[in-house]
Amino acid sequence: MKFKTLLAAGAAIAFSTTMASAATLDDVKAAGKIKCGVSQGLPGFSNPDDEGNWSGLDVAFCRAMAAAVLGDSNAVEFTPLSAKVRFTALQSGEIDVLSRNTTWTATRDNSLGLEFVGVNYYDGQGFMVRKDLGVKSATELSGAAVCTNTGTTTELNVADYFRAQGMDYTVVAFEKADEVVAAYDAGRCDVYTTDRSGLAAQRVKLADPEAHVVLPEIISKEPLGPAVRHGDNQWGDIARWTLNAMINAEELGITSANVDEMKGSDNPSIKRLLGTEGSVGADLGLGADWAYNIVKQVGNYGEVYDATVGPNTPLKLDRGVNALWTQGGILYAAPVR
Amino acid sequence: MTLGSEAAPAKSSIINDPQIRAIFYQIVALIAVLWFGWSIWDNTQTNMEARGIASGFGFLESTAGFGIIQTAGLEYSEESTYGQAFLVSLINTIIIAFTGVVAATILGFIMGVARLSHNWLIQKLATAYIETFRNIPLLLQIFFWYHAVLKPLPSPRSIYERGEEIAFGINNRGAYMPDPVFGDGSNLIWIGLIVGIIATIVIDKWAVKRQMNTGEQFPVFYTGLGLIIGLPILGYLMATVFMGSSPVTFEYAVMKGFQLDGGFVIIPEFIALFIALSVYTAAFIAENVRSGIQAVSHGQTEAAHALGLRNGPTLRLIVIPQALRVIIPPLTSQYLNLTKNSSLATAIAYPDLVSVFAGTVLNQTGQAVEIIAITMAVYLSLSVGTSIFMNWYNAKMALVER
Ligand SMILES: N[C@@H](CCC(=O)N[C@@H](CS)C(=O)NCC(=O)O)C(=O)O
Repeated sequence: MKFKTLLAAGAAIAFSTTMASAATLDDVKAAGKIKCGVSQGLPGFSNPDDEGNWSGLDVAFCRAMAAAVLGDSNAVEFTPLSAKVRFTALQSGEIDVLSRNTTWTATRDNSLGLEFVGVNYYDGQGFMVRKDLGVKSATELSGAAVCTNTGTTTELNVADYFRAQGMDYTVVAFEKADEVVAAYDAGRCDVYTTDRSGLAAQRVKLADPEAHVVLPEIISKEPLGPAVRHGDNQWGDIARWTLNAMINAEELGITSANVDEMKGSDNPSIKRLLGTEGSVGADLGLGADWAYNIVKQVGNYGEVYDATVGPNTPLKLDRGVNALWTQGGILYAAPVR
Repeated sequence: MTLGSEAAPAKSSIINDPQIRAIFYQIVALIAVLWFGWSIWDNTQTNMEARGIASGFGFLESTAGFGIIQTAGLEYSEESTYGQAFLVSLINTIIIAFTGVVAATILGFIMGVARLSHNWLIQKLATAYIETFRNIPLLLQIFFWYHAVLKPLPSPRSIYERGEEIAFGINNRGAYMPDPVFGDGSNLIWIGLIVGIIATIVIDKWAVKRQMNTGEQFPVFYTGLGLIIGLPILGYLMATVFMGSSPVTFEYAVMKGFQLDGGFVIIPEFIALFIALSVYTAAFIAENVRSGIQAVSHGQTEAAHALGLRNGPTLRLIVIPQALRVIIPPLTSQYLNLTKNSSLATAIAYPDLVSVFAGTVLNQTGQAVEIIAITMAVYLSLSVGTSIFMNWYNAKMALVER
């Protein structure tokens, strides 16, 4: 009897090889929700309110995917992850998509079992110091103690930067972002370093945000974007085109307010995106109104940007390079045709 | 006819022979287990490949590219490999576990004895200590000590002038002290130390024998202490005379732009974790010690007094050896707990094995299976090592029946 059980268990494992790459789309449809990995609380990007409702630029991406796949932008289960554990969570299937201010790098894309689907925020790493240090440039930071997060590109960039400049430093690396902020605020470090968007977001949490400055140097490229598991191309395509749809919608002037009107437009680009013409939705394995649902329920990229991290939010981030290519930025989505 | 029917069961006995059957099933079970293990391994391998996840142990030789705040005297820089990062973090774990165990034992014994004190105040204080620290989650205590250590301390910039040399100092970057540099001739000091230790062991053996034969006692403790401290000092003096200068020099910390450079530094993360782990574990050890002492019946003390032993020897020779038998087994599990709890270091940036290796290195390489396997093997070895040592000590302390 015992032996039989053992045999059955062994067989299940041995033959499950093919099961492992099962289509995420089917799993998501069966579960009726998307499992989305986000940060543990980064204002503007992914942050829960008092009632546990998540909002932010990265959160909006997951909501857009849920709108496209399930027709309901609220059909998302958010899992807060530290920078350290985020990739393992995706690899192990704990989440379906990682949307957590994650930098797209070669190593992550090629050897961590991830598939980056695009960039939803072009960023770079910066330094923040106390104003009363009187430091004006990162080149004056020799010997500084630097607080940062473990498991980030930040940790590596800072090592590269100080080494290239021939300067000494000590790195104090915490797992949780809130602990980094608390330690920096308590004076453990002279410098707080992370993505500049992260600095803008975390600054809000400091005891006296006005007592700190962000130095002018940008020491790295940090293209932040969503990622899915490597090996499920269909799911990867859905994620990629969700992002493209949001950016294209902005370019085509489709907003959550006018999307119903736009459905009657004769502009072929708009027709193809909103599914009144062509079969883009069906090709992705989704309904024809996939992009309509995204814009209707979540908004286009510009709308989301303004509501989450833009100049009228506490983060006060200008569009800068994240403006559309038609407006002097580098945001350029492949066309829907 | 009858013969034939008797032979038949004998023939079928090869299948029915319980021994052969047992062996057969053992072999089948073994094959099944091996196949089961192989399937898991093969599957993991196949699935990881399918998902584009790197595997194997080659990553240990790639460049780490990140800094570590406490390198425990090992050579480590951003150009070192993941393998070296592993070693550094392993040593950091051993340092915190070892110092924590020593401190928790000392504090735990003091508190356990204090709890049985006839002095009302001391007894109540010990009880309050045990009840408080045993009942607050350890992670909370770690955060408490970290911020309690960091917050009140000044920054080095606010108290030192640029270029100032500091021998001893504590600030929010750590506790600073002179870093001893052992130059030529310092070998004599080490030789003195080793000779001192060996001499003490020999004298101890001799003293025991002499007491057995003649009943005379010898002050082994003070003699040993004198030798272990005295001989290295003698070595130091000899080296100084021969070399014409002191073989040991001290490197002081110097105030540079932002912080002190050089010197021997104990980082605040270590201090906080050390206090938290030892204070927390000591509360449990204190209870073990109390129950151990209470387990020795009062009749033992009375009998010892009746034989003419004074209070000191009674405690040392009669009560404590018997109490230890009750204390050691639970003490072992407290040591194991402390070692495992030291992995909470991650929370406050102390670069232990879990934080650096199962944290940063795992995140950077994505090789969860290999790294978690190594990490588990390390904790298992540390635990088994501690257990073996404690079992040996326990056996040594156990009642020797004659
Ligand atoms: N973009 C970098 C850094 C990402 C990162 O984790 N940043 C921190 C500091 S801004 C963070 O998001 N913390 C928020 C949290 O952990 O909840 C990377 O992908 O490695």
